[in-house]
Amino acid sequence: MAAANAIDGAFVAAERGLDAAFGARANPLRNLGTLAFFLFWVLAATGIYLFITFDTSVEGAYASIEALTTKQWWLGGVVRSVHRYAADAFVAATLLHLVREWAAGRYRRFRAFSWISGVPLLWLMYASGIVGYWLVWDARAQISALATAQWLDATGLTAEPMARNFVGAESVGDRLFSLFAFLHIGLPLALLGGMWIHVQRIGQPRTVAPRALASAALAMLLVAALLHPATSQAPWDPLQLPATIELDWFLLFMHPLMEATSPAVLWALTGGATLLLVALPALLPGPKPVAAVVDPANCNGCARCTVDCPYQAVLLVPAPGVRTGRQVEVIADRCAACGLCAGACPSSTPFRSTETLAAGIDMPDADVQRQRVKLEAALARIAQATAGRIIVFACAEAANAAALEDARTALLDMRCIGMLPPSFIEYALRAGADGALLVACREGECRYRIGAELTAQRLAGERQPILRKSVPRERLRMVALAAGEEDDLVAARDALRRALDALGPAPRLRPKRDASAERTARGHA
Amino acid sequence: MAALRILAQLLLYLPLMALIGVFSTWPRLAVIAPDQALVRISLIHAAQRKQECRTRSAEELAKLPPNMRAALDCPRERAPLTVELEIDGRVVLSRTVSPAGFRRDGAASLYYRLPVAAGRHRIVARLRDRADGPFNYRREATLELAPGGALLIDFLAAKGGFDFRSS
Repeated sequence: MAAANAIDGAFVAAERGLDAAFGARANPLRNLGTLAFFLFWVLAATGIYLFITFDTSVEGAYASIEALTTKQWWLGGVVRSVHRYAADAFVAATLLHLVREWAAGRYRRFRAFSWISGVPLLWLMYASGIVGYWLVWDARAQISALATAQWLDATGLTAEPMARNFVGAESVGDRLFSLFAFLHIGLPLALLGGMWIHVQRIGQPRTVAPRALASAALAMLLVAALLHPATSQAPWDPLQLPATIELDWFLLFMHPLMEATSPAVLWALTGGATLLLVALPALLPGPKPVAAVVDPANCNGCARCTVDCPYQAVLLVPAPGVRTGRQVEVIADRCAACGLCAGACPSSTPFRSTETLAAGIDMPDADVQRQRVKLEAALARIAQATAGRIIVFACAEAANAAALEDARTALLDMRCIGMLPPSFIEYALRAGADGALLVACREGECRYRIGAELTAQRLAGERQPILRKSVPRERLRMVALAAGEEDDLVAARDALRRALDALGPAPRLRPKRDASAERTARGHA
Repeated sequence: MAALRILAQLLLYLPLMALIGVFSTWPRLAVIAPDQALVRISLIHAAQRKQECRTRSAEELAKLPPNMRAALDCPRERAPLTVELEIDGRVVLSRTVSPAGFRRDGAASLYYRLPVAAGRHRIVARLRDRADGPFNYRREATLELAPGGALLIDFLAAKGGFDFRSS
């Protein structure tokens, strides 16, 4: 665990460093999975062009790629090189993504499905890339195909040694090339299917790279292709070996590893690593979160929580005993207990007139009733002040807001800022606060992926439940700060206080609790 | 400011680009030492049956269903294949491989590679594909193996035994 923490710390430092140049949205380190998706599409697009011009025969394969590289270097050569470098970048991005998720602990419990479904993708990625090199049918293809065949032969499952296919000219036929081409199309298609499965338990997965990131990655590939074009080795000749070959260490490193050890050792390493990765969520499960619960009496089946859940833990199911009704259901094993569903629930409003609040979906250990009680206690604490009273809604994972508390500042902490229903902000401003400060995690560092993003959209009126237009925005600030950035947090609070002092006390608009809110919570949303 | 950020991005992408460009071809992999050649044995061959076929007696045939009254009873198991390779008077490979299949009635196969110093070599290959007795196939040749050259030793029973192919 110490190693994981150290690597996580290094990643966080690097990500924050790169934010200065890229911004969090286009930061390649913060978007490794998204980048891998983008590179896959680059591979698919360039691969289609290469396949159109490729001659799938023993005699023609090498010549067709050579012609593309030399006679049409300005297009075919560049496309070939981009294809090569995109494959290498895909491997690099995928492996970094794996290490990043492991170091951050994002492989257990509600993340286990994504983690485990990612493991076969590694095999498909390498298989796709290695077979791609065989299509060139040069000395490198010869070495790679033979080494792979020896590795597979070591299982004892092959009826006759596959290596025999690659040691003599007479054993290589055009049908073998058709098989290679089929594999180099079929395996990436299987990889794509696996990638689709991989993100199935992610709500609103980021599979499309932001334009800035995509443009920069494509530019990088083009520059590499122009400066260092991909070339073939000597033509394939089973009776003549080159002293050395250029090896793609991203994709083909297993061949020299097997040569230095043995096929059995390579099987032990790859098989052992696969088993370890698959077993990791069970070996280190971590604490079990207390899952959200549904109260059917307060759920009107609006489905906002199903849409906003970052891990697809909330499903919409038919309501029992009602022909057309729907209600939500929480799959406890998938629940991260982030509370984003509670933040999305229209019945999760403190304005409701019922004495004891209950929301359609809520966190058993931090429900809306407790939140309202805590908020009212916090407001009571600063009620003696005459102006500049601030209520701070702070994410527990963000910068530590405890130090902000003083006679005019009260704190309501929550496990994710996305857990905050916007109506709580309005309630606080009506019930004694002059301003509200929302503290979210630093951009790109939300523990529950999208909490800060959803909150920002709700405040901007772009996502239900919205913060009503009548709430004075000049009395509201939202900051995104990580642990260690407490000085910036104090500065943000002070800046808000100066603004509030200039504005004067907030007007008391209406009674705190409103029967119309009860009606809205039960029927409208 | 925007221009500065783009410049910073370019500067940061540059090492990434260099990393990918460099490790896609470098360091070169040494396939074989410059003064060496490679000898490969790659063969697949169904050896003789371990036991001779036996003629069934009339009584035995009478006990069998009419559709299964084959005159010969031939046990399916084949003999293991023993292969020996000698280079310049030294045995460098002596291996016995079992026939494939649960009943050991399939072909036996072998793939083996051995780097040797380039130059002139006297190479002898021997194979036994029966249960007992001395090697029943043998081929000997003196060959000049060039640096980087490969000698492929195959076994084709239909062509009379070992087949030596080199560049």
